[in-house]
Amino acid sequence: MKVQEFIKKVQNKEIDIVEHTYKVLEECKKINKEYHYLNTISEELALRQAEAVNKNPKGKLAGLPISIKDSICVKDVESTAGSKILRGYKPYFHATAVEKAIKEGAIVIGKTSQDEFGFGGFATNVGIDLKIPLNPFDKNRATGGSSGGAGGLTQKASFAHIALGECTGGSIESPASFCGVFGLVPTYGRVSRYGLIDYANSFDKVGPLGKNIYDCALMLDVISGYDEKDSSSLNEKKDDFFNFLKKDIKGLKVGVIKESFGEGVDEKVSKHVWDGIKRLEKNGASYKETSLPITMKHGVPTYYLLATTEASTNLAKYCGMRYGASEELKGNFDEYFTDVRSKNFGKEAKRRLMLGTFARMSGFRDAYYIKAAKVRTLIIEEYKKALKNFDVLITPTMPILPPTFDELKKLTPLQDYMMDIMTVGPNLAGLPHMGVPVGFEKNLPVGMMIISDHLNEGKLLQVGKEFDKN
Amino acid sequence: MEINKELILKVAKNSRIKLTDKEIEEFVPQFKEILNSFSELDKINTENVNPSFHPVDIRNALREDKPKDSIPTEELLKNAKHKKGNYFLGPKAL
Repeated sequence: MKVQEFIKKVQNKEIDIVEHTYKVLEECKKINKEYHYLNTISEELALRQAEAVNKNPKGKLAGLPISIKDSICVKDVESTAGSKILRGYKPYFHATAVEKAIKEGAIVIGKTSQDEFGFGGFATNVGIDLKIPLNPFDKNRATGGSSGGAGGLTQKASFAHIALGECTGGSIESPASFCGVFGLVPTYGRVSRYGLIDYANSFDKVGPLGKNIYDCALMLDVISGYDEKDSSSLNEKKDDFFNFLKKDIKGLKVGVIKESFGEGVDEKVSKHVWDGIKRLEKNGASYKETSLPITMKHGVPTYYLLATTEASTNLAKYCGMRYGASEELKGNFDEYFTDVRSKNFGKEAKRRLMLGTFARMSGFRDAYYIKAAKVRTLIIEEYKKALKNFDVLITPTMPILPPTFDELKKLTPLQDYMMDIMTVGPNLAGLPHMGVPVGFEKNLPVGMMIISDHLNEGKLLQVGKEFDKN
Repeated sequence: MEINKELILKVAKNSRIKLTDKEIEEFVPQFKEILNSFSELDKINTENVNPSFHPVDIRNALREDKPKDSIPTEELLKNAKHKKGNYFLGPKAL
């Protein structure tokens, strides 16, 4: 059943939500045994919320099961951002996005698996002792990441469901692509980051993943808006997102980023994305190729230098005191903190924290961190210029089909980072963008990415709906 | 700049991370590859370009200077393993 039909039935009291939630939780447990999409199933909370909704089935998300990426705080539910260093941490508060969804009657079914703190594009860099989520179409392949559990569960669940994911440099659109679902990344600041366990604060964004485009519009409508608890929250008027789902695309100008095709991009991926562009043309849009040379050539190093620098300071707080993992209290401050961090951070977390520490160390700061921040300005300008001529820009979401775990093992860290070539750009510029399923290559999904100007999420929905099956 | 074991150990120390011998062996060539590639940014002319620390214009957000309820002490202590009375317990400072 589709999300909107389900919610309507709940509001009309045609569905017993407690009974339904119980079934949903059973299905989650079954899926989880095989695919590892949830780090925690919040059974007690879900059933308590279900009882409340049964009594008062109102709200835009009445009775709808939602999953929350593990890095987004849910009160009294273990929230670890996929890291052993936060094992056992139960927040005292809900993240603002979660709070808003619950107020509209959503039922929180659990915390989805991810790369530790979001440090990955394939959801294979999960924290110590955690399981890697498996692709819903082929268990030998990756879900994409870092919101891998969110993408996998969204595809696999037989029940109506929306996932709340989080994106820093591609973490919503990558799993959307590899799991064949829609994933919408709002403008930076459109959705509050309060209660989000940060990776890189000038990049992090909370956004929805859904089987249908309506699901993304609905969740965006619920979670967006100004929040005084987040100092980077934008105080801007919210659009009527649903209205954009009704608009056709006649006369819309589409810019195809030409550097996103060719060397390093799987031809099969390119073919499906071009088919998608032709479909937009057939439905009334016009397209032209455009060039973003700085972004496409230098986006990856710019992103990694800035994001890891921010991460290296944001994650300094994990030291074995106050919350999360701890060890036996011995040695001085430095010895104790080092002991806790060395034992509880996974390898990619160590690598990125060190990369970021390096980039801001005395003697290197200007050449790496500040240089990257200046290139970020040029990248933002490049997009803003292009978006003066086009309503939306298009690229493949990922340059490859969902890779097998064996293929990923052969990549060096640098080769792994280069896979983010399409997604880092809009994230550096804080632009809203959306991963849409554009086709299948044999049994594997291919994703296309749509980018629009700041605060123009509506246009993403308007164009993205052309790829909705329903 | 040479990326060698000494530099990697210095960065690890600043990050409060102690690497195993195996990790050091892996990280030295990996950092070499990553940083050599990232040095390509040197080629871009950024003269007279201001750095962007945020993707959108963020105004300084200050709330009204009025006291608000904060998280109760017992709730805050719930997540800590090392505690004493109403305090978090940490390693010795002196």
